[in-house]
Amino acid sequence: MLLIRCPYCEEERPELEFRNAGEAHIARSANMAGESDDDFEKFFFIRSNPKGIIYERWRHMHGCARFFNAVRDTVTDKFVMTYKAGEPKPTKLPKNSNEVVAK
Amino acid sequence: MSGAFRIPGAGRFSQAKTARFSFDGQSYAGIEGDTLASALLANGVHLVGRSFKYHRPRGILSAGAEEPNALVEIRRDAARKTPNVRATVQELYDGLDAQSQNRWPSLSFDLGAVSDIASPLLSAGFYYKTFMWPKAAWKTLYEPKIRAAAGLGVSPDQPDPDHYSSRYAHCDVLVLGGGAAGIAAALAAAETGVRVILADEQAEFGGSLRFESGAKIDGQDGFAWAQAAVAKLAAMDNVRVLSRTTAFGYYAQNFIGLVERVSEHLRTPGHDLARERLWQVRAKRVVLASGAIERHMVFADNDRPGIMLAGAARTYLNHYGVAVGRNVGVYTANDSAYAAAIDLKKAGVNVAAIVDLRDNPTGPVIDEARALGIEINFGRAVIRAGGKLRVSSMTVQPKNGGGERTIAVDAILMSAGWTPSVHLFSQSRGKVAFNDETKRFVPGTYAQDCVSVGACNGTDGLSATVDEAYAAGVRAAKDAGAKAAKSSKPKVDASESWSRGMLGAAPGAGPDTTVKAFVDFQNDVTAKDIRQAVHEGMRSIEHVKRFTTNGMATDQGKTSNMHGLAIAAEVLGKPIPEVGLTTFRAPYTPVTFGAIVSHARGPLFDPTRRTAIHPWAEAQGAVFEDVGQWKRAWYFPKAGEDMHAAVDRECVAVRKTAGLFDASTLGKIEVVGPDAAKFMELLYTNPWEKLEPGRCRYGIMLREDGFIYDDGVVGRLAPDRFHVTTTTGGAPRVMNHMEDYLQTEFPHLNVWLTSITEQWAVIAVQGPKSRDIIAPLLEGIDMSDEALPHMSVREGKICGVPTRLFRMSFTGERGFEVNVPADYGQAVWEALWAEGQKHGAAAYGTEAMHVLRAEKGYIIVGQDTDGTVTPNDAGLDWAVGKKKPDFVGIRGLTRPDLVAKGRKQLVGLKTRDPKVVLEEGAQIVEDPKQAIPMKMIGHVTSSYWSENCGRSIALALVAGGRDRMGETLYVPMPNGVIEVEVTGMVFFDETGGRLNG
Amino acid sequence: MAKAAARKTAPAASPSVERRPALAGRSTTAASVKVEVLPPAERVSLRAPEASVAALSKALGVTLPNKPKTAAANGGRTALWLGPDEWLVIDEADNDPLADCAKVSALHSAVGVSHRNIAISVTGAGAAAAINAGCPQDLSLDAFPVGAASRTILGKTEIVLLRTGNDAFRVECWRSFSDYVFTLLSEGSRDAAV
Repeated sequence: MLLIRCPYCEEERPELEFRNAGEAHIARSANMAGESDDDFEKFFFIRSNPKGIIYERWRHMHGCARFFNAVRDTVTDKFVMTYKAGEPKPTKLPKNSNEVVAK
Repeated sequence: MSGAFRIPGAGRFSQAKTARFSFDGQSYAGIEGDTLASALLANGVHLVGRSFKYHRPRGILSAGAEEPNALVEIRRDAARKTPNVRATVQELYDGLDAQSQNRWPSLSFDLGAVSDIASPLLSAGFYYKTFMWPKAAWKTLYEPKIRAAAGLGVSPDQPDPDHYSSRYAHCDVLVLGGGAAGIAAALAAAETGVRVILADEQAEFGGSLRFESGAKIDGQDGFAWAQAAVAKLAAMDNVRVLSRTTAFGYYAQNFIGLVERVSEHLRTPGHDLARERLWQVRAKRVVLASGAIERHMVFADNDRPGIMLAGAARTYLNHYGVAVGRNVGVYTANDSAYAAAIDLKKAGVNVAAIVDLRDNPTGPVIDEARALGIEINFGRAVIRAGGKLRVSSMTVQPKNGGGERTIAVDAILMSAGWTPSVHLFSQSRGKVAFNDETKRFVPGTYAQDCVSVGACNGTDGLSATVDEAYAAGVRAAKDAGAKAAKSSKPKVDASESWSRGMLGAAPGAGPDTTVKAFVDFQNDVTAKDIRQAVHEGMRSIEHVKRFTTNGMATDQGKTSNMHGLAIAAEVLGKPIPEVGLTTFRAPYTPVTFGAIVSHARGPLFDPTRRTAIHPWAEAQGAVFEDVGQWKRAWYFPKAGEDMHAAVDRECVAVRKTAGLFDASTLGKIEVVGPDAAKFMELLYTNPWEKLEPGRCRYGIMLREDGFIYDDGVVGRLAPDRFHVTTTTGGAPRVMNHMEDYLQTEFPHLNVWLTSITEQWAVIAVQGPKSRDIIAPLLEGIDMSDEALPHMSVREGKICGVPTRLFRMSFTGERGFEVNVPADYGQAVWEALWAEGQKHGAAAYGTEAMHVLRAEKGYIIVGQDTDGTVTPNDAGLDWAVGKKKPDFVGIRGLTRPDLVAKGRKQLVGLKTRDPKVVLEEGAQIVEDPKQAIPMKMIGHVTSSYWSENCGRSIALALVAGGRDRMGETLYVPMPNGVIEVEVTGMVFFDETGGRLNG
Repeated sequence: MAKAAARKTAPAASPSVERRPALAGRSTTAASVKVEVLPPAERVSLRAPEASVAALSKALGVTLPNKPKTAAANGGRTALWLGPDEWLVIDEADNDPLADCAKVSALHSAVGVSHRNIAISVTGAGAAAAINAGCPQDLSLDAFPVGAASRTILGKTEIVLLRTGNDAFRVECWRSFSDYVFTLLSEGSRDAAV
């Protein structure tokens, strides 16, 4: 079970309290009705499936109930960082400091 | 009393009580503190099982969790039969009843052993090659037969009467393994005051101190020091000491699964004692002190009962006081077996000879063995063991060939060296590194916040181990936030030390193809099988493993993996690290389903949700149905009524007089805030801004793709307050869907959502007499049609308690839904029921509710829709606001496929024969005479007998359905084709006059 | 059809009906834990932006906490921080917090949920262990001190957990889950005792 840092609760909490909510930073058009077929396809159907860094939405469903965003590495499963909904997609990621090497 | 092979003065249980037990019906005496294995050995019993594939007689190989052979069934009573229990782990209790497995008719005469003779037919990859054809025979013939012949015990066939518990725990430092290393690390961490958990799989702490006779720490015998140190730890408030506890899985972010065997060692577990307790521990730092596992020697017939690991023989002697034979041979490739020979010799056991594969080793243990007069043969191999049900001899030959010599023995102690237990480290996603000098894999790159100490880290010698472990404990505590503490590092006064050894097959392992030199005892994999796998083209160790099944038994190859790897590497001509190591996976040792399930059985398997009115319905004899987690009253049978009779009666009563229905499970959400209407506009297809307070509207919610997601009646209580209802099953996901849009797409809106599903009990009162039933109890609400027209809501009081009274109908009759705070639900229901009785009202359940709404063509989302139905498909285009600039799903609705001709549309169906009731889900075709496969143009979504209509009715999704009114279609069923006519969806009161009737 | 006249008052024949809380009076005692269903209370689910917090605090007579995983109590009324704009207000003094909120004109949403929740107290030396039978949070006094409050998980349900003392917790759950929650806590208390 993962530990996920909730940016609203300001601490790591057990994964059981959370629910994944798909890819982050996919903006809903302000002029939804006027979207072209191609644009709607991109918005609704197409998702990236990267090996490595992914930007995801999570909800602290059984905690503060807030949606927030997370950067996760799909190879190691490790969370790089989490941030509040509405905050911009981070351009610089903190260095993953979790790797420790045997002395 | 406790066995002829118990040696007076040896072992640690001289004062212990006798425990009687039986094995295969024979009675024996052991002592408390024994394992089943030690107790059997004390009685001279070595033959304890038959092997998996060849049914070879097998004995006890080890003294611990790595045991591949000695698997037995433990029977407590009819329901408590546990198969595949390792006799080396099972603690003895008085009255223990064990049975051998995988033999018929008896252990010593097993007919299945014919597969040993026929073994050339059962070589590596046998299953893949042999049972290829005919395909169907695999399921019906081959698999059942093979499973029966090669089974590993028999599953119990009764419910498990024991209970299991679970606990989440958190600590700063979790120490896994309670040998010298683990204890030293735990002491160091505990002294700083941080929270420490120390776990060990054995009943007693000490690890290899249980058998080492030469260890002295802090002036005490090693084992005694371990007991004192653990007692000290257990007394500390910040330390939890768990014995009989196996760490079986190391998961992400230092999350460790452990199983504690709470009462498996007791004759009669107490009522409150769980059989096992699952611990799910989150640790800031983990110290792995899991030790090392001794390897056997790979030579011909090395599986005969009486042949065992040298360290195990030493454990049986020094801990349990049991000699594993009277005349033992030793076959080794490292020093540690010498210590076993020395201890046994000193205890009075004859050591016939030590056979050492090494050429001219030197060292104190060799000198000591020689001084004791034990014959030592260097540079020689045991090429064969004699005997069948018990080893009787070992045949020795110079390792490069030469004359053979056979020595009579009744046990062989073997040691090819020690394999560091990197299982948990590897499970943590750490990468192992091969040390070419010591020929072993040790922890290399760490993936998590853990550290390995002692033997599992490749550290040799007690002194180095304690130093390393203590330092690691201090460091782990510091990393977890501890302040420095006064050190009381244990001082090692004397220790034993050995390392090295060999990997792979010894000279006595072939190349002769008939030789059975076992690598993996539990899966019956021989050195020949591994060679054959490589010859047949397997290159990766992962392929060799799967082809031969080496290491794939329940022991997960704890003794066999390194040998198998070395043999494959040798045949491939590659260095070991290039061939690679297979992945270690959880669980480390088998875990019971009971422990994994723990509390989640019976009433705790899943929450059972009941409404406030449930007790009344139960008292009335209602039959309930499961709707998600809810129990809902399905129908209320009167004496002598079957379901159909009850439902017919309930349906008629609602339309004739009135019915009461518990609608409490409907999802309810209160939408509050100045932007509430704006939010509703965005989440539902309907317009809401102009809905007046006090009025209701049927709302449809779509997903962004334009398909119906949910529906329900929404009442506007105030300009800034809506009372939204959802389907019963949809309540949580609708709330999540609304929160998602509110928080992430429309966060500028000043509105909040609160689930009030459980705040309000809902009593639907439907039928011509509904108003007469409610009115006498009501306060502050005018129920006239002018003041309270269909689709309105008022707040007031009923029976003196607050109510939100909706006038709405899911039956087509004049109807109301009385919402009252849940704790008043039953009392108000009873009051309404009393009023209803005056008018002949009935209580009705969900089945009647379904029929009544179908008579009116009202859809149920999830029954008449399936996630691919648009409002237009469902005939609900009227509920989509045409002038709205935006709502969730607006763009999806205009997708080409969603506006294409020929979409399936919801229509009514009437069978030509009114008595025939269609089956829900049945497929519909245009021409029943067409060739199979027919073109299916739709399916039945709802179908009932309607007593009110005097005929069957159905709803169906049919391609182009609304253009087919009056058409005849066909429903082919196994018993014939049913003719149906396409009709409108309303079967009863088409004009809708009864809403005000 | 004759129209039913609205009644201004309830007829004398049907006085106020009694409240029948779920699991009323249930309790179980193990060696080191007592699990007990608490009497009914008044509850409000309160939502508000930061600008309204002062006015609402004043009206309620308890300062709405703004720190995650905390609660504030005053005069039989407790406000639990559940989210950045969300509080659960529990009144055990028979006063009406919903009415108090109604007097506040500042932007907020107050919804009565008195009957939605059931409260169960878990007390005794093994209280935290009993709850940890199904709750994955760290309930040590360092991580979850007295006064800490959090929405979280217990087994397969959601609960709101409030620590009322070193060895005392209040568990709030939805009405229909109360049987499950009580049973799981009872099992947990039985195991915590040994």
